[in-house]
Amino acid sequence: MFLAWGRLCTRSCRPKFLKTVGASKILGLSTSAKMSLKFKNAKRIEGLDSNVWIEFTKLAADPSVVNLGQGLPDISPPVYVKEELSKISAIDNLNQYTRGFGHPSLVKALSCLYEKFYHNQINPNEEILVTVGAYGSLFNAIQGLIDEGDEVIVIVPFYDCYEPMVRMAGATPVFVPLRCKPVDGKTCSSSDWTLDPQELASKFNSKTKAIILNTPHNPLGKVYTKEELQVIADLCIKYDTLCISDEVYEWLVYTGNKHFKIATFPGMWERTITIGSAGKTFSVTGWKLGWSIGPKHLIKHLQTVQQNTVYTCATPLQEALAQAFWIDIKRMDDPECYFNSLPKELEVKRDRMVHLLESVGLKPIVPDGGYFIIADVSLLDVDLFDMKDSKEPYDYKFVKWMIKNKKLSAIPVSAFCNAETKSQFEKFVRFCFIKALTLHTRLHWQMPASSPPGSMLPASTLPYRCLAYLPPRFGRPDPG
Amino acid sequence: MFRNATAICLHLVGPLRGKKSGASLTRCLHQTLTPCSLCCLQLTMAKRLQARRLDGIDHNPWVEFVKLASEEADVVNLGQGFPDFSPPEFAVEAFQHAVSGDFMLNQYTKAFGYPPLTKILASFFGKLLGQEIDPLKNVLVTVGAYGALFTAFQALVDEGDEVIIVEPFFDCYEPMTLMAGGRPVFVSLKPSPIQKGEPDSSSNWQLDPTELASKFTSRTKAFILNTPNNPLGKVFSREELELVASLCQQHDVVCITDEVYQWLVFDGFQHISIASLPGMWERTLTIGSAGKTFSVTGWKVGWVLGPDRLMKHLRTVHQNSIYHCATQCQAAVAQSFEREQLHFGQPSSYFVQFPQYIQRCRDHMIQSLQSVGLRPVIPQASYFLITDISDFKNKMPDLPGAADEPYDRRFVKWMIKNKGLMAIPVSTFVSVPHQKFFDHYIRFCFVKDESTLRAMDQKLKKWKAELMP
Repeated sequence: MFLAWGRLCTRSCRPKFLKTVGASKILGLSTSAKMSLKFKNAKRIEGLDSNVWIEFTKLAADPSVVNLGQGLPDISPPVYVKEELSKISAIDNLNQYTRGFGHPSLVKALSCLYEKFYHNQINPNEEILVTVGAYGSLFNAIQGLIDEGDEVIVIVPFYDCYEPMVRMAGATPVFVPLRCKPVDGKTCSSSDWTLDPQELASKFNSKTKAIILNTPHNPLGKVYTKEELQVIADLCIKYDTLCISDEVYEWLVYTGNKHFKIATFPGMWERTITIGSAGKTFSVTGWKLGWSIGPKHLIKHLQTVQQNTVYTCATPLQEALAQAFWIDIKRMDDPECYFNSLPKELEVKRDRMVHLLESVGLKPIVPDGGYFIIADVSLLDVDLFDMKDSKEPYDYKFVKWMIKNKKLSAIPVSAFCNAETKSQFEKFVRFCFIKALTLHTRLHWQMPASSPPGSMLPASTLPYRCLAYLPPRFGRPDPG
Repeated sequence: MFRNATAICLHLVGPLRGKKSGASLTRCLHQTLTPCSLCCLQLTMAKRLQARRLDGIDHNPWVEFVKLASEEADVVNLGQGFPDFSPPEFAVEAFQHAVSGDFMLNQYTKAFGYPPLTKILASFFGKLLGQEIDPLKNVLVTVGAYGALFTAFQALVDEGDEVIIVEPFFDCYEPMTLMAGGRPVFVSLKPSPIQKGEPDSSSNWQLDPTELASKFTSRTKAFILNTPNNPLGKVFSREELELVASLCQQHDVVCITDEVYQWLVFDGFQHISIASLPGMWERTLTIGSAGKTFSVTGWKVGWVLGPDRLMKHLRTVHQNSIYHCATQCQAAVAQSFEREQLHFGQPSSYFVQFPQYIQRCRDHMIQSLQSVGLRPVIPQASYFLITDISDFKNKMPDLPGAADEPYDRRFVKWMIKNKGLMAIPVSTFVSVPHQKFFDHYIRFCFVKDESTLRAMDQKLKKWKAELMP
């Protein structure tokens, strides 16, 4: 069977090709210069290779460090969620491909759930897309709808992937910062941080293709009010702009606050993609399932991206997620429903963390939603002399100092800012509080309240070391 | 009412298109024409919605056939490429272990791959490729081999770059090239003439070396190799790979090699990874699939192996697209590979047993198809075989379908409706200008349960009876 090939590719052919290969090697420098050009990255990812998480994950990998930087729970997902997945792992045909745009029982469950919040029915096949996490939804939306030369408004601080994803699509991010107007004497809250309507309006023009909204907000924990969303909606309609609304923390809203979906505002359904996350909804970040909901004329473009990128998401996880949704959909008003019980549980953790941070002289911004708190660390006036030559923002230096000296890690908030706005946020550091209360207790030991500001006890004087909450063989998870 | 509303919208929007007054028009329409169709409101978005990178790639050839098969009663689905039998027990157990063990496996793992998985992939494939593979620098875990392909294209293919694709090809290569702004350059595998009465074989299909060489230009960025090949089932021989390798080196081209069917090789043929050839590791990205390796296509775990200077660009795409892959699926794949490493090369290895079993399925299908006058091309490997339907094309040239619809598509639709069998037209796997050369072939998947193959036999028996005068 090799004879036919032998006839076609005879000895006379091969030396000719090999001779040419030899000749090109003689070209030396010009070849290697040509080579380095050919192996260069595509232009779309130029400058997008660095990533704040890689640096800080490495630093925080030491098991003695209390890691409050990562945005993932170290508490167990609800028992019934784990049980569903366990049951499903025994079902044969769920080990094979499912529908590319979303497993049928999952899109049906999502449709049923979200119809309760939207004013219209949601077609599970045409108005929902299941993606690889909310991250995948962001990618599909941006790749599907944002073109080279478009402008996309990004509110600062922002979940760090928005900027590189917009740039990868060849578009220009246009930044507008949230600004703090604290009320004197009162604890600062995420609701004190607002957009200036005139400043926001000035960012819109005829090139603006979309605005990315994140509510509840990471890292601030801000929950946009109805009035704030109306301002954004009015501008989207006036400038004929899309809205990509990242609502992964939609269930994590604390007392006195309400999550509003901008897609439910008049004139907004037809121009909004709303993104959700199984990871944040059910505390299963490792399942990497998210979804986009929107009108058919927008979702179809995200579906085109899907069929040319990953094609489909994991079947058994989608089925388990569907079953978990059905359980909670049936008891939406029940305190046992995870959509109600998790925010209650987290509000306690939030308050505890706020108290702890205040007790050591940090100034936390109390979040109205989400699972992060940012705190002003500048009041500690920590001596960062040995890093004085570093050009990094203050919060980067502070976190590195804190990891090294206090065995505590967090994420610098300027990581969620563009170059120009870093200086506005460099005195803030982000802590994640969806952690076991035992971890909060350990945090208390590493940052005793009795010490004056600036003199936190060094970790080496502690009677014990912080336990790694992952066995070493599983490695350290990356932050979200 | 919809038509009238649309007409009104078009009339009003026409002169205003592109101007900023779109907003007030929307409000006006919303107030005056409620309940106006949402499609109508869509027209007031004066800007073009979708990005230009989606031009020409929105069509999905599978949708039509899947829909047809689901609409007809009692169709034996031999079209789509996934097993309808259980994965091996050790894989199922591995997944059960992953989902019921440490609860932290429900959370994110390392972005570029769950450490035990990247470790075992590095050691397993390091031995096969004769290469020291670093789990952190040379391995990336992706959402299926499909995700690996996408990541590779996005990382390396720029606007105007040429990408050589061998026809027939797994259908996503072309749209992925286009989405990256690249220009696909096709070169066809062609069958050599065979003796009358002798069955055709995938090994008989070859590239013409002169034609192949002519496709390489200074703009060629990548060569997409798929061995074993889908849909043909061809296993590229060492000589063929050496030819591709020498051209890639001569023209300084990256080789992206899709080797998802590497374990499913029959008749004593050997799969060879081009990355193991001299001078190729440094310019090759080798793609694999847990789905095809362990019959778990629904887990969507794939990987890329390659030199760091290429892999770093894939990592950049990965961290800006999906960032992580599902932890528990990766854990299950890691455990499955660990099991296989212990059994490698022995009769108890799944990589020994599975191809033996599937070869029998292949042979069963070949015989059955031949009984109705279809002429299967015997595949050396993979899940699929293609079948020559020329005799039917001669006897029934005018099957219903659109004017420019290739014959094989029309034949498949007819076969679904009239014979209760589903296959995939091979023109799906060919560039549009070359479809006429392949429109007398259809693709069947034989990685199916015994009961499915028996159901196929029933349909073919009935078909054969209908052929009798």
